Amino acid sequence: MSNPRLWLPLLVFAGLAAAPFLGLGQGHSLTLLARGMIFGLAAVSLMLLVGGAGLVSLGHAAMMGMGAYAVVVLDHAGITEAWMVFPAGILAAALFALLTGAIAIRTSGVHFIMITLAFGQMAFFTTSSLAVYGGDDGYTLFSRTEVFGARWLENRLIFHFVCLGLLVACWALVQVLLESRFGRVLRAARENETRARALGFSPTPYRLLAYVIAGAMGGLAGVLLANSAEFVAPAYLAWQRSGDLLFMVILGGLAGPHGALVGALAFVLVEEWLSHAMEHWRLVFGPLLILCVFFLRGGIVGLLRRG
Amino acid sequence: MNTTLLLVQGLNGLQFGVLLFLVAAGLTLVFGVMDFINLAHGVQYMVGAYLGASLAALTGSFWLGLLLALPAALVFGLVLEFLVFRHLYDRDHLSQVLATFGVILFLNEGVKVVFGAAPMQMPVPELLSGGVPLMDGLLYPTYRLAILAAGLATAALLWFLVERTRAGMLVRAGATNAPMVTALGVDIRRLFMLVFGFGAMLAGFAGVMAAPILSVEPGMGDNLLILAFVVIVIGGIGSVRGAFVAALLVGLVETIGRGLMPDLMRLFMDASSARQTGAALASMLVYIVMAAILAFRPAGLFPARA
Amino acid sequence: MAFQESGHKTGATRRGLLLASGAGVLAAPALHAQAAPIKVGVVAVQTGPQAALGTQLRDGWTMGLRHLNNQLGGRAVETIVIDDELRPDVAVTKVRAALERDRVDFVVGVVFSNILQAIMRPVTESGTFLISSNAGPSTFAGRGCNPFFFNTSYNNDQVHSVMGQAAQDLGYRRVFLMTPNYQAGRDAMAGFKSRFQGEVLDEVYVPLTQLDFSAELARIASLRPDAIFTFMPGGLGVNLVRQYRQAGLANIPFLSTFTVDEATLPAQGEAALGFYSGANWAPNMDNAQNTRFVRDFEAAFNYVPATYAAQSYDTAMLLDSAVRKVGGNLTDKNALRAAIAAADFTSVRGGFRFGANQYPVQDFWLCQVVRRPDGKFQTQTVRRVLEANVDPWAAQCRMPARI
Repeated sequence: MSNPRLWLPLLVFAGLAAAPFLGLGQGHSLTLLARGMIFGLAAVSLMLLVGGAGLVSLGHAAMMGMGAYAVVVLDHAGITEAWMVFPAGILAAALFALLTGAIAIRTSGVHFIMITLAFGQMAFFTTSSLAVYGGDDGYTLFSRTEVFGARWLENRLIFHFVCLGLLVACWALVQVLLESRFGRVLRAARENETRARALGFSPTPYRLLAYVIAGAMGGLAGVLLANSAEFVAPAYLAWQRSGDLLFMVILGGLAGPHGALVGALAFVLVEEWLSHAMEHWRLVFGPLLILCVFFLRGGIVGLLRRG
Repeated sequence: MNTTLLLVQGLNGLQFGVLLFLVAAGLTLVFGVMDFINLAHGVQYMVGAYLGASLAALTGSFWLGLLLALPAALVFGLVLEFLVFRHLYDRDHLSQVLATFGVILFLNEGVKVVFGAAPMQMPVPELLSGGVPLMDGLLYPTYRLAILAAGLATAALLWFLVERTRAGMLVRAGATNAPMVTALGVDIRRLFMLVFGFGAMLAGFAGVMAAPILSVEPGMGDNLLILAFVVIVIGGIGSVRGAFVAALLVGLVETIGRGLMPDLMRLFMDASSARQTGAALASMLVYIVMAAILAFRPAGLFPARA
Repeated sequence: MAFQESGHKTGATRRGLLLASGAGVLAAPALHAQAAPIKVGVVAVQTGPQAALGTQLRDGWTMGLRHLNNQLGGRAVETIVIDDELRPDVAVTKVRAALERDRVDFVVGVVFSNILQAIMRPVTESGTFLISSNAGPSTFAGRGCNPFFFNTSYNNDQVHSVMGQAAQDLGYRRVFLMTPNYQAGRDAMAGFKSRFQGEVLDEVYVPLTQLDFSAELARIASLRPDAIFTFMPGGLGVNLVRQYRQAGLANIPFLSTFTVDEATLPAQGEAALGFYSGANWAPNMDNAQNTRFVRDFEAAFNYVPATYAAQSYDTAMLLDSAVRKVGGNLTDKNALRAAIAAADFTSVRGGFRFGANQYPVQDFWLCQVVRRPDGKFQTQTVRRVLEANVDPWAAQCRMPARI
């Protein structure tokens, strides 16, 4: 019980699995939970970069956008089969990550933040100018992705568990990656690059691989987001969205992927709850974030470790 | 595009550039000297604009509004420093990012509660309301020339302060090696407060100067903040000289790119798609330039830390 | 203060209703159902620079309900304001919650087309009527028309084509066009050109986040057009109008849509004087309903209403007439749809009726910015440009007769 890295996510996953049967089975609760899990997935993938490799990306929304727009492009071409759509979304994001990452990982620190922002903005303006796919107005999907021609994902309970399953898989993957030799090299390079190089490791290929894997998972989250909202717009790629993802990761805490998971769920649920409760909810949410930084060193999960 | 038009566009680019410089100068100092990422710098610009507009409306005079807004922006910055930022100096960058984002959320909502959601206006002062005919049919507003002049004067003043005074020397030293400065017995907290207050005032000044030509509205600082970050990263973090050069570069690229891109695209495609592609490319141009510069000079044009 | 007064009135009415149903203990269950308030979700952006438009829209709706004693067709109303934050996925999540948790009976409002596109399917597929009181994309006017969707504002193309016609009528031969680089901007160009037959000197697209227009103004000055046409909503328009005036270009006629209106005029002030706009309504329209609306609106909210408010006010009146027609029974969707389509209410625009695609058939006006005697600025009708105009997409709509 001493390691929240494992029991906390398992508790969260159990809670999410049980939620539909504990009075949260209505459509809108499931929609909200799905949203939380999708952003959780994206945040966990971003965590691999931020917490693992020390690469703070402000362009992660572009990865989600690649996944979401892959759904759009295929839908426009009449293809809605999951075995095409999901791999396409993941590959599109991975490819974008590979191309931009090859340039971005030459930099570090705040320069990395800015160069990922730059690539994110380029993707944003590109999607805004795609008149075929609705340009800035976005694109309405008239059906969700199908599985062997069956419209299972339209059922919100099934969609809930698909999101949960993929979230668990991605969390496990990130967890395993960070514990592996691969993760140790990333961390070693983050803490002391010179030493890592002296030991004969060039961190560059490791970082690029981490960037591509995180991008691919971001693309997966994008495919799910497109299916959840049944609508895709360039707003999904805006830098503010990348910022939100980053804030989820920091809010949760950088101790491990469980932090990102908790941070994303907390961010989405508190935002929804506050905005429903009052009009000027940001007057409360803003100071809440500041207080979290002041008093929760190590994010929300830092609290658990101490207590 | 003829030569006169190109010259006018160049002037426009410079004028936008100095406005960016006023915002970026404070940001780069705070970042360089205090190693503090202040996302809330953009809302300080917004608060400056709101203070200027409301004080000008209250007193009925642009000049009184400007005069009162500057100390008000300074005080506002110091209050923020005391309440929030002071507790973040010894924290990592990510904590600073999250906390200052909280400040953005609060202040963007706050001005909406206080001043309403509708945009506000600040009239151009009588003295500067005319224009200089630069080309046939186009007046170049005197006020814009005043912004240009004020920006250049501020740049000169900053250069003097940073390069020729004792406080400036400490600031430069702090940007290069902060622990060493502390070790030499300098009260780094006081230096931080000084730099921070000055940065806040510069952002506020930029806000007041922009208020008569730009719409004063909630969230007006957000997009400018991103451009200001682009500027300081291109220029090299902590370098006022770099920020100046980069701000002018970004201003020129933004303005001239918008005028030229559609024409350039017309060489490759038909007119209507050239216009749209050109416009989309023009929006990206600044980011393309930044990515290119960072790819070849990862620390920016004038890195403060060797 | 005004708020509290009406709040009291609502309380009294609701108590009255409860008493009435309490008195008739054995009254039919239908009466009990009717005692529950009608719930309406008002989608209005409250976040960011465009929040002023959402506020206009929300206040217009509130004004309508105030004049209706907070009742629609005799039934009490509960309004749920939904801030879409101009983020489509957020809008979908919140609207779904309103449909499923709050069980709203109608969804009204929506300032921007992209938000309308995002919430269209969730709302209409749940069998709930969606009434847009501002966004009017062509998508849902033609092939994509939907029996559960009504529009009380306009189709985007119409408003822009009004200015094309006006430019034609005013005899301008060489016109310069400028809009933001997004779908609505491209539609605006197309709409203008659909009726303008002169020469288009240049079409310029600017980014939605543009702050400074000096590059474009220099280009306008060098081309010296007879007039310019532009569509720059919200803060974009504030910046453009003031910079246009400062650059000394105001002698070139300024034709626009959604650029100089009562939402932006407080910030544009004198700079916008004499500039033209195309619209389906202006505060000075001379009819009793409008006079009362504008007078009471200004008294209650202390600013001049724009079309966003006027159309939302009309929407409240429309729903009132529809609910009255079906006797408060909202379960028969076909009857309710027919009652809405009848549009049996007095509009602040004078006449109002729906076309086959459930978009309005109405007059469009050339308007101009004037300073009122009290020093405030507003747009004012100059002359009627299009009469009983049907939008160009209506012919493509194959609307099912029954739901």
